[in-house]
Amino acid sequence: MAEKVLMKGNEAIAEAAIRAGCRHFFGYPITPQTEVSAYMAKKMPKIGGVFLQAESEIAAANMVLGAASAGVRTMTSSSSPGISLKQEAISYIIGSDLPCVILNIQRGGPGLGGIQPSQADYFQATRSPDHGDAHMLVFAPASVQEMVTLVTDAFDLADKYRMPAMILGDGALGQMMEPVVFEDKEITPPEKPWATNGHENKRAHNIVNSLYIQPDELERIVKERFEKYEEIKKNETRVENFMTDDADVIVVAYGIAARVAKSAVRNARAAGIKAGLIRPITLWPFPAEAIKEKADKVKAFLTVELSMGQMVEDVKLAAEFKAPVEFFGRTGGMVPTTDEVFNEIVRLNGGNK
Amino acid sequence: MATVFKKPHALTDKPLHYCPGCTHGIVHRLVAEVLDEMGIEGETIGVAPVGCSVFAYDYFNCDVIQAPHGRAPAVATGVKRARPDRFVFTYQGDGDLAAIGTNETVHVGTRGENITVIFINNAIYGMTGGQMAPTTLPGQVTQTSPYGRNVATQGYPIRVCEMLATLDGVAYAERVAIDGVPGIMNAKKAIRKAFETQKAGKGLSFVEVLSTCPTNWGMTPKDAIKWLKENMESYYPLGCYKDKE
Ligand SMILES: Cc1ncc(C[n+]2csc(CCOP(=O)(O)OP(=O)(O)O)c2C)c(N)n1
Ligand code: SF4
Repeated sequence: MAEKVLMKGNEAIAEAAIRAGCRHFFGYPITPQTEVSAYMAKKMPKIGGVFLQAESEIAAANMVLGAASAGVRTMTSSSSPGISLKQEAISYIIGSDLPCVILNIQRGGPGLGGIQPSQADYFQATRSPDHGDAHMLVFAPASVQEMVTLVTDAFDLADKYRMPAMILGDGALGQMMEPVVFEDKEITPPEKPWATNGHENKRAHNIVNSLYIQPDELERIVKERFEKYEEIKKNETRVENFMTDDADVIVVAYGIAARVAKSAVRNARAAGIKAGLIRPITLWPFPAEAIKEKADKVKAFLTVELSMGQMVEDVKLAAEFKAPVEFFGRTGGMVPTTDEVFNEIVRLNGGNK
Repeated sequence: MATVFKKPHALTDKPLHYCPGCTHGIVHRLVAEVLDEMGIEGETIGVAPVGCSVFAYDYFNCDVIQAPHGRAPAVATGVKRARPDRFVFTYQGDGDLAAIGTNETVHVGTRGENITVIFINNAIYGMTGGQMAPTTLPGQVTQTSPYGRNVATQGYPIRVCEMLATLDGVAYAERVAIDGVPGIMNAKKAIRKAFETQKAGKGLSFVEVLSTCPTNWGMTPKDAIKWLKENMESYYPLGCYKDKE
């Protein structure tokens, strides 16, 4: 039976991962995501799972690489500076076609930055999760409930496409308490005949590897991966359209920024402005079609982010210069207010309420 | 006809790419013989490093993962925690294990991770063409210590066995050398013992194998063995540094 509980975002993610069949978690403490590790440390030993606090994020991510190679559902979590350290392993994980889930509860940067919520790792997640030609699935939940749902989907899709999936949250979502429902879902991870888990003299040896010394072979492998990416773009792109049918001004925002934007859109509607919201739920693949469809119908798009403007580039590419794309954001851990976004909507509507 | 010599089953038929006279091939064979003798090839997962032995995944017949440079112990940890019933070993050079991967090396030791680490100490970075390694001897000439390793500016070599032996989680640590037939026999014994230690679930088992890199040392294979005996063995004394009951 589904149960409804009040939970902190970070703890809800951890619980959702366990319910999705994750029994191998490798972490390293960093604010504002430490509760994920703490929850895992408490729960895993009681259910026969593994919680391991690694010596660094580098090691934690490489442990995930190892566990994923052995065929189990595995996960690591961190916040921005720690994700930078995980990028090496992420690259090998992508290059070796391994499934896993990585959680980034973003904080302000660059450098040590700050510990308040941020969305400034958008480029890192969607453009260059690593060196080399590569992508990972990137999910952007906007509520504790959605974090729970997306963690399950992240494990499923990571397994399905044999690639890492990132949950890109932020400090606000990680720390907020909200009611969540955990659906009782049958967990059936696919068979993993490619896993390096000991051949028991029953099959040829398996190899998990990202090295292809012949350039034509490496090109072929990368191209095959990009064919898979095209399939993913077709099948797995997710977006929420809110009051966009007749909208003159469409706000594009994800995660915590989308919550602020939604309130601003409601206020704008109350003030007689036809405002709407496009909320990408997957950041890679990016829901470009949803934006393109509206590009010749709106006066303007307004991208709202907790950064100096990163997703705005994807919105511009999707709008194909058919509509102006403006940006409003706060950074360093500052969160835009509903009024600030509302005022931007009013301005883009031509100044009339 | 009686078979007097054959390739261990745990080695594939792939021709080794190692330079003539390189000791990597010998150590591969010793590991494979131990997997054969213990009958554990099918239950073993190897982790290959970045270095000359990066292609070890093509040579060992057990399942193999190729790890990022220095991270083999962390990768092996992930495998072992997922499959504690399996044998897991890493095979790493000195740049991989004692420079970029020192942190991962120390911490598999502190955790007493129940895996086996085979450490090839050839006092140089082989694959990248002969640069100074953390294990390069004082005064040794390499591409990046062209005037000889100067300890005042380039520091001292690291004795990994001695360092790891101080850690409570390390169950077995021994240094052997590929310096002749008795040395090879001894190395095999140590590798066997390391896998037996893992079988007994005692914690980290570690075998440091003093090895040669004739190509980058600029010596014939024979002179390289002589140089190993005369120079490396005094700085890196052979022997067992830890053997937990
Ligand atoms: C992150 C990273 N840094 C540097 C390299 C380049 N590199 C490849 S092999 C190697 C050194 C290997 O030397 P060692 O571990 O001593 O092994 P050997 O080749 O002597 O067997 C280096 C630095 C790399 N592949 N990855
Ligand atoms: S470069 Fe050195 S370590 Fe590498 S294969 Fe040749 S002899 Fe062996």
